[in-house]
Amino acid sequence: MDYINIFVKSIFVDNMIFAYFLGMCSYLAVSKTVKTGVGLGAAVIFVLGITVPINYLLENYVLKEGALAWLDEEFATVDLSFLSFIMFIAVIASMVQLVEMAVEKFAPALYGALGIFLPLIAVNCSILGGSLFMQERQYANIGEATVFGLGSGVGWFLAIVAIAAIREKIRYSNVPAPLRGLGITFIITGLMGIAFMSFMGIEL
Amino acid sequence: MSETAEATKDVAKEPKEPLFSAKNKRLLSDPLNDDNPITIQVLGICSALAITVQVKQAFVMSLSVLFVMIGANLIVSWMRNLIPGRVRIIVQLVIVAALVILVDQVLKAFLYDVSKQLSVFVGLIITNCIIMGRLEAFALGNKAWPSFLDAVGNAAGYGWILIAVAVAREFFGSGKLWGVQLIPDAFYEFGYMNNGLMILPPMALITVGIIIWVQRSKNTKLIEEN
Repeated sequence: MDYINIFVKSIFVDNMIFAYFLGMCSYLAVSKTVKTGVGLGAAVIFVLGITVPINYLLENYVLKEGALAWLDEEFATVDLSFLSFIMFIAVIASMVQLVEMAVEKFAPALYGALGIFLPLIAVNCSILGGSLFMQERQYANIGEATVFGLGSGVGWFLAIVAIAAIREKIRYSNVPAPLRGLGITFIITGLMGIAFMSFMGIEL
Repeated sequence: MSETAEATKDVAKEPKEPLFSAKNKRLLSDPLNDDNPITIQVLGICSALAITVQVKQAFVMSLSVLFVMIGANLIVSWMRNLIPGRVRIIVQLVIVAALVILVDQVLKAFLYDVSKQLSVFVGLIITNCIIMGRLEAFALGNKAWPSFLDAVGNAAGYGWILIAVAVAREFFGSGKLWGVQLIPDAFYEFGYMNNGLMILPPMALITVGIIIWVQRSKNTKLIEEN
């Protein structure tokens, strides 16, 4: 599988929001305006692009059955994969913390834009979901894993910016009262999901 | 006078609040409807939508969430005075992750086929916002018993929405409930067709949207601004 194929597939076909509903909580909570949507979306791309490759290394050199063979012959039969959830989430939480501190120190302007969103991201399901899908789909090398992480992030970014734009406009429409806010957002997301299904089966 | 009488009664009552006082009962019943985690608090949507194609999966998922929530709420509430505020998120994540590993291993051992269908969503219970949200909002500041009730109430509120969506999707999508065919073959011979759209992901969103619609038109207090 080549990189472009994985990239396009993870953006459109396996879109985190429309196909797997990952990260829906923050997607619904932060999509009131395009500006905050863009901020959170960019932070998600950033963090997915970092954590998926790191967890890939962890998976392949520490956790998988026989992955510890590089350490010593004796460890060739050790299987630590039951620890993967706790390791992945620990990596994600600490990476988010590190990234937050690094961005604050070296790019204050970026921090001003992303700052408040970074802590939210540790518990965004799309980040852990990215790592778990990476584990399940068994990408061949770290390049593919990175591309998959970035692509999923871009797909999430597209989805949140699109819904935020629609929600900004829908304020001027006469939505039935009980459906206002959350209800209509769900239904619009569903319709967008149906539209995104037309990408199914695309291969480059 | 009645005030003082009430005050003394309160003091007398304080050391032993009944296990199911009105306040505690509300902890159980509110999340089922007016404070539902999915439709009102908007927590835990991800898993609620993805695994509602069949009732069986939804049921297993609700039970897993119930178990993890009770465990996490109790542990955090017992430890609430020991956890330093700055690292509490990581501590909570580790507690929840350990419980989820337990659930995952049990499912793999006894319900292998369901565990395969749930795939990554068992692991995603860790980042299910219901659990983190209730830990932050409730268990960190309350004693063990109310936290336990809060966990049961919220998990039940989550579970009934999940199962309601799953019933609608499985019934209209494949004519079955819990894997048992309900729509007789005669209907199909007359030309009745299953609605294949119901099985696809987008219809989960629309079904939840409709549940929200019904709920809010019954209880107009919940209506939001646009």
